[in-house]
Amino acid sequence: MATGIRDKVAILGMGCSKFGERWDAEPFDLMVEAFTECLDDAGIEKDDIQAAWLSTAIDSVNVGPSGVPLAVALRLPFIPVTRVENFCASGTEAMRGAVYAVASGACDIALALGCEKLKDTGYGGLPQRTRGVTNSMYWPNLSAPGVFAQLAAGYRGAHGVDRDELKRAMAHVSVKSHANGAKNPKAHLQRAVTMEKVLEAPMVAEPIGLFDCCGVSDGAAAAIVCTPEMARSLGKQDIVSVKALQLSVSNGSEAGHNSWDGSHIKTTRIAAGKAYDEAGIKDPRRELSMTEVHDCFSITELITMEDLGLSEHGEAVKDVLDGVFDADGEVPCQIDGGLKCFGHPIGASGLRMIYEMYTQILGRAGERQLDDPRLGLTHNLGGFPHLNVSSVSIIGRHEG
Amino acid sequence: MSTIGITAFGGYIPRLRLQRARIVEANAWANAGLKGFARGERSMCNWDEDSVTMAVEAARDCLGPRDRTAINAVHLASTTLPFADRQNAGIVAEALTLKEQIATLDVAASQRAGTSGLIAALNGLAAAGPALFVASEHRRSANGTPQELLAGDGAAALLLGEGDGVAARYLGGNTVSIDFVDHYRGQHHEFDYDWEERWIRDEGFMKIVPQAVAGLLEKTGVAPEAIDRFILPTVLRRVPEGLAKTLELRDEAVVDVLQGRCGDTGAAHAIVLLVQALEEAGPGEKILVTGFGQGCDALLFETTDAIASARPARGVGGSLAAGAREENYNKFLSFNKTVTKDFGKRGEVDKQTALSTLYRNRKMLTGFVGGKCATCGTVQFPKARYCVNPNCGALDSQDDHPMADTPGKVNTYTADSLTFSLDPPAYFGMVQFEGGGRLMVDFSDVDGDTFDIGAAVRMQFRVREFDDERGFRKYFWKAVPTDGQSAGVKE
Repeated sequence: MATGIRDKVAILGMGCSKFGERWDAEPFDLMVEAFTECLDDAGIEKDDIQAAWLSTAIDSVNVGPSGVPLAVALRLPFIPVTRVENFCASGTEAMRGAVYAVASGACDIALALGCEKLKDTGYGGLPQRTRGVTNSMYWPNLSAPGVFAQLAAGYRGAHGVDRDELKRAMAHVSVKSHANGAKNPKAHLQRAVTMEKVLEAPMVAEPIGLFDCCGVSDGAAAAIVCTPEMARSLGKQDIVSVKALQLSVSNGSEAGHNSWDGSHIKTTRIAAGKAYDEAGIKDPRRELSMTEVHDCFSITELITMEDLGLSEHGEAVKDVLDGVFDADGEVPCQIDGGLKCFGHPIGASGLRMIYEMYTQILGRAGERQLDDPRLGLTHNLGGFPHLNVSSVSIIGRHEG
Repeated sequence: MSTIGITAFGGYIPRLRLQRARIVEANAWANAGLKGFARGERSMCNWDEDSVTMAVEAARDCLGPRDRTAINAVHLASTTLPFADRQNAGIVAEALTLKEQIATLDVAASQRAGTSGLIAALNGLAAAGPALFVASEHRRSANGTPQELLAGDGAAALLLGEGDGVAARYLGGNTVSIDFVDHYRGQHHEFDYDWEERWIRDEGFMKIVPQAVAGLLEKTGVAPEAIDRFILPTVLRRVPEGLAKTLELRDEAVVDVLQGRCGDTGAAHAIVLLVQALEEAGPGEKILVTGFGQGCDALLFETTDAIASARPARGVGGSLAAGAREENYNKFLSFNKTVTKDFGKRGEVDKQTALSTLYRNRKMLTGFVGGKCATCGTVQFPKARYCVNPNCGALDSQDDHPMADTPGKVNTYTADSLTFSLDPPAYFGMVQFEGGGRLMVDFSDVDGDTFDIGAAVRMQFRVREFDDERGFRKYFWKAVPTDGQSAGVKE
């Protein structure tokens, strides 16, 4: 009988590059930047790492396929390196690989590193990706804001929410994240914005305006993991351990069966339910100290509050506008500024989110430090609302 | 007496109507003579329409809900076929999910393709059995030419057969073939080259058409005054009226050539005008159709009592009534690729089509055929090995399920200004079909001011993507708001 991942693996160290339009950096530079911080934090030697996972999502504009780029960038000692890709959950997939390897006893110390270099396309927004030979014959030319805008239409349809009211709640999501990001020196966008500015921004994909979109940037983040026992033996006092790692992948029923109304993310609900079980969480709104969710667009964050059980169905608009998820609210969301301010170097984002939870739990978050956070949740949603990959991870202080 | 003829008919004129005044405004500086053509509007294809897609729409209108298995041939007449070497009529047949044991034929290379092709199809009926005849034209002209103002885009379709169902009996046809070159378009040349109008009128129409018509009337033994409707497609003003006089036809028999509302749809125009005439005709009317081009065809039909029940759901008349004004001349030029327009780097991705994939998925992609689970009854698109119903999941349980004619409703949508589109913003979203099935799909012909969730849509065969580098185009089906533009209902 499977017992889950709870408390079996500790985070020994983490690192995160400066995110942004890194015109100065090759992807290898970003990898090294995140890795050196991570290695220092872990307090081990590079040769202590026995296996590594690299997450990158768009090989065509990035480092290309396979685990080779990471092995070369870090001059790893001919250890196994596996490249993973699973849409926007890629970073979390790298973490899963490393954590499962340690939990299985296959290795003592493993590295997860996510990196994405997006800003070499010559245009704004995410790079245009190929979608497979058959899909390209009948899928619309969906942009990321275009598919996530569908959620707004679905939400309006399901809950009868007024278009303007929804747009205001979406704007609040972005205003809140910008306020948080302004306090984070590693964020890409470090400026607060006003509600008016968000509401008046040019439309990208109705009703998603420019400020409803997360940034597009370059970045890397890394984690070194081992067992809690090993972390202790290496001299760590405050140990942060993994409480849950769950993933749910659409099987096409949302895209092809009329039982889904388009107002929520089915996979997030499934992954969250399993993650709460795995972590032993009964009342997430009360028990979670903070969340870093996949705010690729403001509407995504808004409906994710319901999918994670932090808002009742149909109540997210009200909760958001009431400030429940603000920095001083009941369950702060995107305390580091989120994808909104970090941008979304796809392969790195999942690990960047875990980095913030880890940083907060260890009390290292400086100006944006929350009061005594114990349990943090990260969430990724990759693909399209109707066909996607959702991951939910929970990390927290290691008790015992 | 012949019992062959037309058993059903339909038409399609694209929704967009370019206002001629906009063309004249933009070009009169270079050719002041254009000012005389500023009145009215011309039909224009949306960016995703061409002679094949319009042919499919006209054919669907013609066929309605009737069983299509009896059709043994598809003839497609056009001088603007998208493929020089790929059976264009074959694409139409595939899109209509006609049987594979069928003859397909493209008729081209003259403005007479519509009428000559129709005569050939009618002559072949006895041997081949019921045939679908479609004429379609997506006209392309150099900027600032009279042709640009006078031409239109459109298609019409006729189902040909014999017996009691004939709504318009074919009384006979006659052709004179004379190499009179009023205009031509050479191979590898984009646009027509025309000679002087007065010469075309006096030496061409006024001398050649009478030969064809007189021969036909003599053959059929019909007196000129017995003709109820006289169809002579031409952009030359007063020529049909003049010819009616010469031929001693009744003045009121002259059929309006739709110059004010549609423009001349080239090789399709005789058939477009014939379909419109059939839509309006009562029983017992004699309709004389001519087609001019390096000679002249003349065909004579007589409507029967079946005419009333043969009228299509939309027809040419319905299409004309559903037009939407287009005031943007630059858009017209861009759609027709007669200007070089930048649509951003997102459009630069390779658009190669894997022909083996297209072939494997031809029913799905070209015919819009989904699956219906024999175990649970769930309709789904695309058809898949495992049933999509979460409560079923049966393996290999699905039968082919044609969905092109199933009405749908918009569940979610957006207007996407970021993604590559030849007419941004790109509208797409989730469509749910009556009786089950759904698809994230492109919309077309959307009026952004009134469109919303809950809007009723029907599927139309359209171009999904052009691969201009290789001269290929991908076709698929898109959701188009019903009744032109019906405002969505919030639910």
